[in-house]
Amino acid sequence: MFHWLEERPFFFAVGVFVVIAFAGLIEILPNFAQASRPIEGLKPYSVLEIAGKEVYKKDNCIACHSQLIRPFKSETDRYGMYSLSGEYAYDRPFLWGSKRTGPDLHRVGNYRTTDWHENHMWEPTSVVPNSIMPAYKHMFSNIADIETAYAEALTVKNVFNVPYDQDINGDGNVDVALGSWEDARAQALKEAEAIAADMKNQDVKDAVARGEIPEIVAIIAYMNRLK
Amino acid sequence: MQNNAALEYDYTIAKMFVFSTILFGIVGMVIGTLIAAQLAFPELNYLLGEYGTFSRLRPLHTNGVIFGFTLSGIWATWYYVGQRVLKVSMAESPFLMAIGKLHFWLYMLVMVLAVVTLLMGITASKEYAQLEWPLDLLVVVVWVLWGLSIFGLIGIRREKTLYISMWYYIATFLGIAMLYLFNNMAIPTQLVTGYGSWLHSVSMYAGTNDALVQWWYGHNAVAFGFTVPIIAMIYYFLPKESGQAVYSYKLSLLSFWGLMFVYLWAGGHHLIYSTVPDWMQSMGSVFSVVLILPSWGSAINMLLTMKGEWNQLTENPLIKFMVLASTFYMLSTLEGPIQSIKSVNAIAHFTDWIPGHVHDGVLGWVVFMIMAAIFHMAPRLFNKELYSKSLVEKQFWLQTTGIVLYFSSMWIAGITQGMMWRAVDEYGNLAYSFIDTVTVLHPYYTIRAVGGLLYLIGFFMFAYNIYKTFASGKEVDGSTLQNKTPMSA
Repeated sequence: MFHWLEERPFFFAVGVFVVIAFAGLIEILPNFAQASRPIEGLKPYSVLEIAGKEVYKKDNCIACHSQLIRPFKSETDRYGMYSLSGEYAYDRPFLWGSKRTGPDLHRVGNYRTTDWHENHMWEPTSVVPNSIMPAYKHMFSNIADIETAYAEALTVKNVFNVPYDQDINGDGNVDVALGSWEDARAQALKEAEAIAADMKNQDVKDAVARGEIPEIVAIIAYMNRLK
Repeated sequence: MQNNAALEYDYTIAKMFVFSTILFGIVGMVIGTLIAAQLAFPELNYLLGEYGTFSRLRPLHTNGVIFGFTLSGIWATWYYVGQRVLKVSMAESPFLMAIGKLHFWLYMLVMVLAVVTLLMGITASKEYAQLEWPLDLLVVVVWVLWGLSIFGLIGIRREKTLYISMWYYIATFLGIAMLYLFNNMAIPTQLVTGYGSWLHSVSMYAGTNDALVQWWYGHNAVAFGFTVPIIAMIYYFLPKESGQAVYSYKLSLLSFWGLMFVYLWAGGHHLIYSTVPDWMQSMGSVFSVVLILPSWGSAINMLLTMKGEWNQLTENPLIKFMVLASTFYMLSTLEGPIQSIKSVNAIAHFTDWIPGHVHDGVLGWVVFMIMAAIFHMAPRLFNKELYSKSLVEKQFWLQTTGIVLYFSSMWIAGITQGMMWRAVDEYGNLAYSFIDTVTVLHPYYTIRAVGGLLYLIGFFMFAYNIYKTFASGKEVDGSTLQNKTPMSA
């Protein structure tokens, strides 16, 4: 049989393909509908938080930081409640990472604050002596791309039915508003102003006052949301 | 095939890919050595401003060595081995020749764009699948061109039976095609909404599903990029260089079909203790252990090919490279399954033991095999004797030392880190703050960077040797060369 295959490249290739595709069919497809359900009350990311997630991706924080707390006491003691599948339902892409050169960040919003992040990103060793993390000073001058973040939110709302402009927790109010581009920009700026008010960097405050949102503000919004 | 004794193979495309293999090898390994040093000496993060941090450079290192160096090496050998095992010359088909050239130049274009976009931070952020959607589309075109080359050459072959190497090249083509397409499924946001950057896209999969697809891809990109095509090479170059027939056809059958079936299940071992369903984690763990069989099958088949001819190991440095490559392949494919056992994974995951594992595989197996293949091919491509045997010998020992420093320091670093994260004091409180577990690694990061540097120096010696072969080696008639590669002292 194998000699027969080895003289017939077409059937050989079909054979290889069937054998390698098999595992994917069994392992990946059946789980899809189930694993993507959000936990109850999970809110989608605001436009500013998405812009912050994009900064997180751009500077490739996942090279050193995970967002996955494993169900061990040593991890829950250090980082908080272990991670649940439903918490990631609006994460596209997932940002679990595969290496902890630095600590896990899945619930960093519970124990770090805006001013801590500001100091840390400007000069990590100022708050964590002996840290080997580089400073990310360019985040204080680069301007975040809010329009692309809006495009992403609108895309997931339309294509994947992510619940923007909906009442999620049943209190009669819209939980995360998206609206038009103008609405979304105004909302993002409002959230940015709240964060800038807790910061001390004058350039950042000035930029936000001008209506521009530096990357540092967006990424702090994102990290404060990680809870 | 006596009637084709005068067949003149055309190595134009193979030579182009040899060039890019060396180029991307240097780029990828220089960046790799730099980012290894950054972990030991953080001041090195500020050499290139925003573009020089560890985090921004790491994807350039991984993409550079995987999609630059390794893919180039795979294609350099394909455009050499393919003709020879199918008994047909590229020169016989102007069409396939044009496809081959287009394949090379489009690939170079993709690589240049990849370097630029990754440096700018334009990334989909999934590991080893960072490129954004327009580049993904170009990658697909490059891949289809390679497919045309494979099946085109097969279409006009004279040797009816596909040699073992051909099985593995075909599997590489099919495997990566399937994995890459599914993992990179994304929706360009600008096309859907009309707002924002046209380069941006959002993944088709969310959260746990995305993780599942990503590691099905990530793990098997290793299978079909770092394992399958490298086995294709060793099945051709080791018997050729040593003049020995492959030890066992049945063992190669078992290893090939076993590897094809088992490998794809093992991706789950990257997600142990994550939020993917438990049964998948267990499947990943169990199949990883089963994977030892087909992996060792190939490696043992290669080692036994040398049966009774071990004296060649002392005489021929290329045999040395290939035998050590097989041995590292065995080490790496034993280490991986050990790390996949749940209780071991609990310690090993997220630590430096993982990069340690990857690097004994790639430095010892992938890069050694590709360099050996290029050493073997060079006299046949350029009709020149290999420039310096003693340089090959020195390079071998320098790089072997580098690998040993690399993986031994990372073993210690990884296990230290894993144990410190979970250590508790007498009252059950965590014994160490996170930063304690970072500072303790400084000596190991330093040793690793030194190991990397030795390896990099060895790679420069390799590049120099090939360059001198091409530029000033003694003339030989490449088409008459038989087994042992000619090299001057």
